[in-house]
Amino acid sequence: MNWKMSRVVRTVTDVMVVPIIVFGIYLIIHGHLTPGGGFQGGAVVASSTALLIIAYGSFRDYKKDFSSVESIGLTLFIFLAILGILLGATLFYNFGAGTGGLFGGRVAEGINPGYINTGGTVPLMNIMVGLEVTAALSLILWMMAKSSDSMEVEA
Amino acid sequence: MRKIFALIALLVIFAFMILAVVEMRGEDGGFGEPVNTDMDDYFLEDSQPHNQVNNVVTAILFDYRGLDTLGEATVLFSAVSGVLTVLRKYQIKKLEVKK
Amino acid sequence: MNSLFYALPFVMVAVLIIMGLYTVLFKRNLIKMIMGVAIIQNGVNLFLVSLAYREGYVAPIWTSAPDVDMVLPTPHALTLTSIVIGVATTALMLSFVIMLKKHYGTTDSHETRRCKE
Repeated sequence: MNWKMSRVVRTVTDVMVVPIIVFGIYLIIHGHLTPGGGFQGGAVVASSTALLIIAYGSFRDYKKDFSSVESIGLTLFIFLAILGILLGATLFYNFGAGTGGLFGGRVAEGINPGYINTGGTVPLMNIMVGLEVTAALSLILWMMAKSSDSMEVEA
Repeated sequence: MRKIFALIALLVIFAFMILAVVEMRGEDGGFGEPVNTDMDDYFLEDSQPHNQVNNVVTAILFDYRGLDTLGEATVLFSAVSGVLTVLRKYQIKKLEVKK
Repeated sequence: MNSLFYALPFVMVAVLIIMGLYTVLFKRNLIKMIMGVAIIQNGVNLFLVSLAYREGYVAPIWTSAPDVDMVLPTPHALTLTSIVIGVATTALMLSFVIMLKKHYGTTDSHETRRCKE
């Protein structure tokens, strides 16, 4: 059945979902400076999906899923990898490091406080992998909740 | 009878693992003192001048060993495809039952 | 005995892997067998992280690092890969268990072994 938890749980979920998503995005875009990155941040964002499913039921009437987001993330990741070959270097070559473009700043050598406009292609790949992991884990949780939803109906 | 044999096999595997752990401490390098660290020292020194990245683990994940990460993302993608393929059947059946 | 104490993380790796193998071999519930596989995965992750450790060194991140001596970064990256692949395989196995539960009505591995149309 389409379960729904009590008003307390739903209110706390409404309050907590946005900070969880913001923290996940922070982990993704600061992946080249602090502990974190695409995988961890994507898992944190997907945990907000788990919270929503626990509080509000499995949303089984919604037909749209986000498997296209996952495909877009993986395709852009592979495109960024192959762009290294197209620019005359090897696969996964970091062609954007230190060129002054997007994320093209230079870090200070040694221990430094961190500057976000550095890293070349690494932050871009973090964002792509974050998209893919978010969509993948959310999709797994959502499909499992939906199918176990229909299990109680049949039994 | 099969359970007894399996238990004995498990105990033998465990004994060999403990033996390997005891032998690991020595000039081969055990816990807390790895020996062959040339590649990792190169990564630690090279990730800032070459990649402009502070987090060395991220630099390895997306630049030095990027092909590894590509395979990992592909595994995740195919696992999600498998989950969708296995579970989508029951969604359709349930919707038909609901009508 | 002394070397066994200094290599305590590796001993824990052995214990975790044996626990996971025991669970896979002797439990009849499919979900418990999947738990055993997850325990083996965690043991392997602990093994990789223990291989990376250097005594007294800090994490391999240069942002506001307290020291310049850092532990090995490559096993950490491989552990990250291993964790994500573990999540993917566990999700796939659990969805297979959902399918088996709907087909046979049970999660007992001895019951699901027999042929049924």
